[in-house]
Amino acid sequence: MRNTRHWGLTMSDSHEELGFWRKYVFSTDHKIIGIQYGITALVFMFFGFSLMMMMRWQLAYPGQAIPLIGALLGETFVSNGAMLPEFYNQLGAMHGTIMVFMGIVPLAVGAFGNFVVPLQIGAPDMAFPRLNMMSYQAFVIGGVIMLASFFVPGGAASSGWTSYAPLSDIATTGQTYWLLGMIFLIFSSLLGAINFIVTIIHLRAEGMTFFRLPFFVWSQLVTAFLLLLAFPALQAAAVFQLMDRLAGTSFFLPSGLVVGGEASAAVGGGSPLLWQHLFWFLAHPEVYVLILPGMGIVAEVIAINTRKPLWGYRTMVYSLVFLGFMSFCVWAHHMFLTGMGTTMSTFFQITTMIISIPSVIILSCLVISLWGGSIRFPVPMLFALAFLPMFGIGGLTGLPLGLAVPDVYLHDSYYVIGHFHYVVAPGTIFAMFAGIYHWYPKATGRAMNESLGKLHFWLSFVFMNGIFMPMMFEGMAGVSRRLFDPTIYNTGAGAHGLTVISSWSAWCLALSQLPFIYNFFASMRKKERAEENPWQATTLEWATPTPPPHGNFPSPPVVERGPYEYSVPGAASDFSPQAVKQGV
Amino acid sequence: MKDPQYGWWLPPDVSTNGWVVDELLSLIHWFMLALFVGWSIFIIYCLLRFRARDGHTAVYEPIKAAFSKWLEVGVAVAEGVVLVALAMPAWAAIKNITAEIPENPVVIRAVAEQFKWLFHYSGRDGVFGAIGSEFISADSPAGVDPDDEAGYDDFWVYGLHIPVDRPVITRLSSKDVIHSFKIPVMRLTQDAIPGLEIAVWYQATDTGKFQVGCAQLCGLGHYEMKADFVIHSPEGYQAWLDEEHAALGFDDE
Repeated sequence: MRNTRHWGLTMSDSHEELGFWRKYVFSTDHKIIGIQYGITALVFMFFGFSLMMMMRWQLAYPGQAIPLIGALLGETFVSNGAMLPEFYNQLGAMHGTIMVFMGIVPLAVGAFGNFVVPLQIGAPDMAFPRLNMMSYQAFVIGGVIMLASFFVPGGAASSGWTSYAPLSDIATTGQTYWLLGMIFLIFSSLLGAINFIVTIIHLRAEGMTFFRLPFFVWSQLVTAFLLLLAFPALQAAAVFQLMDRLAGTSFFLPSGLVVGGEASAAVGGGSPLLWQHLFWFLAHPEVYVLILPGMGIVAEVIAINTRKPLWGYRTMVYSLVFLGFMSFCVWAHHMFLTGMGTTMSTFFQITTMIISIPSVIILSCLVISLWGGSIRFPVPMLFALAFLPMFGIGGLTGLPLGLAVPDVYLHDSYYVIGHFHYVVAPGTIFAMFAGIYHWYPKATGRAMNESLGKLHFWLSFVFMNGIFMPMMFEGMAGVSRRLFDPTIYNTGAGAHGLTVISSWSAWCLALSQLPFIYNFFASMRKKERAEENPWQATTLEWATPTPPPHGNFPSPPVVERGPYEYSVPGAASDFSPQAVKQGV
Repeated sequence: MKDPQYGWWLPPDVSTNGWVVDELLSLIHWFMLALFVGWSIFIIYCLLRFRARDGHTAVYEPIKAAFSKWLEVGVAVAEGVVLVALAMPAWAAIKNITAEIPENPVVIRAVAEQFKWLFHYSGRDGVFGAIGSEFISADSPAGVDPDDEAGYDDFWVYGLHIPVDRPVITRLSSKDVIHSFKIPVMRLTQDAIPGLEIAVWYQATDTGKFQVGCAQLCGLGHYEMKADFVIHSPEGYQAWLDEEHAALGFDDE
């Protein structure tokens, strides 16, 4: 048996009683690290969302004093309470950076991956627990550097989350902080990625073959490969840009720049497009890093709540692997307007159309899985079901952007913002909510309140669409993104009503999170314990004590069947757990 | 000149190429809508028919869903057709300036800088003076070599003026950071990248006064980096050129 030796080691480790600091702060237990990641990421996300709420005020009511907080902000950010363009640009750049690198990725991979993967594969912990702890610490350091950058002269980075050179090369000090922060965040992801790959390949319980892995574990495995292979490109690019800014190199600075009427002192000879290639070589796979764990969660929740096996599990796995591979071949569809030749754009249009096919297959499999089920509608299922059409809209609106001709018109418009937010916000974030409601009873031993959950779901569903659907129309109307005041353009003035709808929806969405926040904390203090397996699920995480102790399983589980054996004819109950007996 | 209307959908189109973009947009959106509505009906039907209730159990055996294969093949074929039959030829038509060099084009240099658009016209001789970033100064924002005779009658303005019904080639460049040349009524966007010169062409079908904007974040004043875009009648364009030429103050006229 492959795992015996490892098991022996961890078992003895787990008996040792740990003090508060080692148990909760410098923990090497994957579950504690997962929860640390989760809470930190949710806090960052709320912060990133708050930045956006301020931007929405400026967009809806340009030049008017921001209510409530306008008076509290310093003179470098506001003038008489009304936002300054430099602050708007900082908010835009930091909203994107925080949501992507400090919110969704740590939540989807750091939190759910860490907490759930070892449990689902029947492992006592991650393969490298200390590396895991370092990964979380690097994430916190990176996050703190990012937040601190608001207080340096000139404020935080303001060149967009994409940090296109040469603008970012000549930007204020905040950009240096952004780069340093990114370097830590990337280290964190790389350490995590290696850990996931080794854990999933080496620490599966006896009998847990690759095709008995829950789809969620597959999604984390593919995601880990994407992080491992794509992030180094951005790491290198970040170091190059740091050198450009601090050491006088000119990786991204071409010759003959004249900035503000003054010839630039830079040596020149560099290429601004090099940054874009390196950035998007990461950032397109990154899109799949943002979505695949979400798909994994949705697949779990749908299988459990339809009480039947996932339809086309193997097809989904193959599609997932293919999707991961193809995600490295589409990056330049973000760059159709950089003047690339017809041959290049043809190549990237074709790969972009090809990559849509595995996504369509995975989504179809999830939808067809509903057929013939006995569908229950607890809160996680509501979020998982809403994911399907929301991700559908996000995916479909990628189509006109992936074709160079319509992209000529839609590029850098609000249509793009609407498109990727549909993928990541009502898409991934709904999947994350599904995951939180679903695994909360496992992590805490308490159930979350269903009525508050339903309230949270329906309000969020309405207002998410209220924010992002108008953006599609704004984009069609020709309004560009990243404008401090779009109404100075005639297109922006014409579509201003849409902007106001988006803004009010955003503020209402914030209020809609109050039932969730209350539910999240209040449920922890409930006296009443949740059932051990409240969803009657088959996968291994529900076969541990609740909450699982350090070391997870009292004895190594032995896996006998696939992950989705629901409603098996002739079985004693409508779910047949993956491991019935425990090994020795 | 008419007063163009801007609302919650596509702005007016006054270009020869714009209809290609509009038709593709419309076709793709109908296709997307059909897929979305189809899937949504299927999902809602499943949720109603297979909802958990007394006496209802799930079916373990996977259904034979041949239609999903058809759907996937259908989506792939539809995408393939849109790509190969529509999108690529259209892209080539818009991009390949060399392939079908438009006859009798007006050539204008557009020089982007934080946060304005400078348009450089070659003047009566139709030849631009030699260009170099070393020649850029307050007096010569377009960077024309002061010793080059071809540049003597060049002029530059902060608004884009073109004649109707004549192809226009705009050679885009940037002095400092990346900008993007966006004219919604021409269905046109193209990045202006420092160190590169990128040409785009378009042709107006109607006269009017519109806007050029910047679509790529270029710094603090990005949001106000717009310029007038005036499409003149042929006579109006000539009159405007004459006016600008007169402003140069040549003695010989």
